Parts: sequence; structure tokens; C-alpha cells
Amino acid sequence: MIELTINGTRHRIDGDPAEPLLYVLRDDLGLYAAKFGCGLGQCGSCTVLVDGKPAQSCITPIAALEDRVVMTIEGLGSARTPGPVQQAFIDEQAAQCGYCIPGMIARAEALLRADPRPSEAAMRDAMRPSLCRCGTHMRILRAVRRAAVAMGGGIVDPAEPVS
Amino acid sequence: MPVEGPLRRRWPRILALIAVAVLTVLAIFALWAREPVIAAIGRPDPASFDPRQVALGASLARIGNCASCHSVPGGRVYAGGTPIQTPFGTIHGSNITPDPETGIGQWSYEAFARSMREGLGRDGSHLYPAFPYDRLRHTSNADLRALYAFLMTRDAVRAEPPANSLIPPLGWRPVLAGWKLLALPRTAPQGPQPQLGALWERGRYLGEGLAHCASCHSPRGLLQQELRERAYEGGWSDGWYAPPLDATSPAVREWTAERLDAYLRTGLSTAHAAAAGPMGPVAHNLARAPEDDVRALATYYAWTMRDARAARSEPVLPDRGTVAARAHPSGAALFRGACAACHEPGAPMMVAGRPDLRLGSPLHDDNPRNAVQVILQGLEPPVEPHGPYMPAYADTLTDKQIAEVTAYMRARWGSGPDWGNLVEAVADARAENGE
Repeated sequence: MIELTINGTRHRIDGDPAEPLLYVLRDDLGLYAAKFGCGLGQCGSCTVLVDGKPAQSCITPIAALEDRVVMTIEGLGSARTPGPVQQAFIDEQAAQCGYCIPGMIARAEALLRADPRPSEAAMRDAMRPSLCRCGTHMRILRAVRRAAVAMGGGIVDPAEPVS
Repeated sequence: MPVEGPLRRRWPRILALIAVAVLTVLAIFALWAREPVIAAIGRPDPASFDPRQVALGASLARIGNCASCHSVPGGRVYAGGTPIQTPFGTIHGSNITPDPETGIGQWSYEAFARSMREGLGRDGSHLYPAFPYDRLRHTSNADLRALYAFLMTRDAVRAEPPANSLIPPLGWRPVLAGWKLLALPRTAPQGPQPQLGALWERGRYLGEGLAHCASCHSPRGLLQQELRERAYEGGWSDGWYAPPLDATSPAVREWTAERLDAYLRTGLSTAHAAAAGPMGPVAHNLARAPEDDVRALATYYAWTMRDARAARSEPVLPDRGTVAARAHPSGAALFRGACAACHEPGAPMMVAGRPDLRLGSPLHDDNPRNAVQVILQGLEPPVEPHGPYMPAYADTLTDKQIAEVTAYMRARWGSGPDWGNLVEAVADARAENGE
């Protein structure tokens, strides 16, 4: 029995402690935002926040998560009331197929919590582990910049003006 | 006893005398430590250098791994600024582009050669020995000329490295003359052995000098000098353990010249492991150096490890899965959830030919540092983007969890005694990584 805190709710999970968090989220809790991409921690589409930092849930066993705070992007807002990072991704239409986007949003959220006014280099460095096969990187970066401004921080060296 | 009147009146005088004496000693020391300025020159015309010499210099700069300390990731190459942690504080790699104000644009060849041989700036100031001139000094005049030609034909980048932060009095550079007197290694490195052939000799010349492999792979003394008589017994670099390159090599598979050549040129030996930590950039640079020179280095270091245990006989590598899981059940569960998708025998990555965890030296080292560091930091493809990659677990796993999974892997696949307090080892590694 492992107790997990996910998006502010405590869940008791009966099962194999080695089970990756991603499977618990999708199969047991019906939280479908985080996606299965590679299953090897190489693509970032399963990224969620653990104690506010990005973690690839496909390679994070639930045994590692007792007494820690997990947040998926369902915890950041809803379709009706999106959070600021989600809103920025919508405004910039940063998704093409959308598969990587929950991971991208989780990563951007973690970055802006730690560094509300990131440099362009810090932004690219933070987003780098997540891959987008559609090639919407420029829109994704614009969305991160927009979110930084919307959340009251800002950006250090704007590569492009935020409209 | 209360100080009496006359003595109390004399105190200021005594203090003044002491101050004068100290200042005199310091002044004499500073005079003794002083080295001549070499006159500034105008930046040489890049067109004045022979392109073949420039090309040779480019190769040599890769073999010397100059860019690792003289560039920051994502920054302009050779423009300096890289923080280098030492037990005495942080210093920063200097700008070695030909910018006249912030780089070496005003340096003549003589000034450049003197810096590489004697650790002196053009202005005569002593350079910190993080700059491995104790090794670079063994570079030939012709090769130094080529390196000079290469550097002086780079783009001049105006960039002042951040100020060093060292414990007093190390910020006062004349002290370094004392370091040179007391600590500069005087034992000559391995000399020529004509019977071992030209390739070996080329590897010896590069390895013992410009490539300065011993700078990381050897223990250091209290004054951080390389312990030359213990060269290649293993050392430390940027929080990682640089394993021995001599008979004490912990490798469980022989480092033949062929395997070492592949490792240095691709960042991966399929009989061992991938180049991780500070070795990654070394492989990145050597992959872009002349093949013959890398082959020579591989030949030479296969020779320095010729008496290692794996060179005598390669051991059978057991898989003590059941025993290890019984001893470290939580480590086993974490391994299954976090590591097994790639590292369990039969996992797709293993089928695709990546080496088994038991082949690398981390689980056979006498300290857990590299096993812990790979888990904390992961692995960036050292040479090409399609190379070996591993995600970092620093944010995903706690110290205790990393300790458990490390203990499990050591018990399952490693050799040597228990590593002891691994939670502390993880905390130490995190501290060194600046977390």
C-alpha cells in the first residue's frame, strides 16, 4: 500500500511498488494528460511535477513518491479555467498533434516556479529534454515567454517581442 | 597583570614595527616572485599564418581539450568563463581568443609559449595551476607554434571572465610562485621507450603532455599538485572519479587498444560503458581529432593498463539478482520501476547493443561516486546526438532512494566490498554538483 498525493488529493494505491507513476495516473486514476511516449525517459511526453520539479513519470516508480507532492497538468487548470501556462499554450496555438504538450507545460511550469524571469538560454535548457516531433518548438518557446510575462515575471532577453 | 604605563605607550610602536617587518617580507617575496612582462604586440594578421599550421593547431587543441575549460556551454568557444571548482574556491577559465583587451590578442608567440611552459601570463603574473601547464610544458615548439597559429586566427571575442573567488591569500598571485617552488611536480613523466614503436611514442608524447590525461586520472596532494610518482592511480574531476589508468584499473574487461580507440572516438566502448561526466567532452573533442593521434593515445594507455586484472583474465560476471533483491528490497523495486526498462538484461536498449551495467567500472570502483553521479546527472550523448543518453534522476529520486538503488546494483552486479553510507555519498555528490 502506497499513499500518493496527486493534485492535492491523497490516493491509496494497492499494487507493485515498482509500477511507474504514469500507469497509475492513466490506468487507476483516470488522469490522461501525461502520455506514454517511449517508456524509457527519453522523450518527455510523460513529464509531471514531483515536488515542483519535472519528473518523467514513465520511469518514476510509485515507491519513490511517498511523502512527495505530485502534480499533473490537470492540477494546473481545466479546459474551462486554464492556468496561466496552459492559457499561454492555447494563445500561441503551440500544439500540432499535442502529444508532447502536457509534458511541455509541466516543464514550463517547473521552470517558471523556480525562475520567474528566465533567460532565453535557461528557457531552452529547461525545455530541451522534451521532444516535439511535429516541430512546433518556436511556438512552444513563444508560449513559455508569454506565460513568463503573464505570471508577472518576464523574460530577460526577448528573442521575439511578446504580443 | 595590568600593562604598565610605559609599555602601553610603547605598544603602537611595537605594532608598527611588526607591520613594517611583515610588509618588508611581503615586498621581498613579491619582488622574488616577480617575472618579466613580455611586450604587448598588435594582434597578428590572421592571414599571416600558414593554413596548414592552423589546421594542425585545431587538431592539437582538440587533443588538449582546451575548449572544456575555456568555454561555457552554449557560449563562444575559447571565450572563457567556465567555473572550475577547487578546494580553495572557484576560478574561471580565461578568454584565449585573440581579443586584445580581454583575450590573448596582445600576446606574442613567446608570451604564449611561456604561459604553456611556465604558467605565466604575458604581464608576468602567475597563473593558477588549474591550468595544467605542468603537463602542457612537454609540448614541442612546433606544436606550440601551431596552437598559437590556431588561437590567433579565431574570432576575437570580447568577454571578461567572472572574478575568481578564492580563499585569502590565494587571490594574491605572487603566492603562486611559492606553490611552484613547493609543489610543482618535478618528476619527469614516462619517457620514450624506442622498442615500443612509433605509435606508442606518439601516444606517450600526446598523453603525457598536451592531452594531460594524468591531470584528472592521478591523485593530488594537499596543495592540489599532481602526485607524479602516483600518476594514473585515479583522481577526481568536477565531482566525478577519474578511474585509474594503470595496473590498478578496476575495469572488468581488458582495455585493448582497439576498445580504447573506439571509446575515445565514439564515446562508447561496447565492452565497457559510455563516456560520462567530464570524460564526455574529452571524447567529443577526440572524435574530431586525427584518427592516428587517437589511435596513438589508445595504444599508449592500453600499455599503461597492460598489467590490470582484466588484461590478465577477464572475470565471469555474475548476476546475483535474487540475493541483491533480498538484501535491498526497496532498491530492487526502485530499480524495476526506474532503471529496468533500459538496463535489465533483455531490455530493448540491451538488445540494441548498449553495454550491460556490470561492464562499466562504476560498480567495480572502490568508491560509489560515479554510480551516484550517473544516476543524479544522467548522461548526455558525448559525441553525436544519436549517442548514449540517460535521463537525470536528481529531481526524481531522493538521496535515500538513490542510495538504495545504488546498493542494490552494487550487490547485484558489482565487485568489491560494501560501499558503506551511501546516503551520505549521495548528499556529498549533490553538494559538489552545487545543488
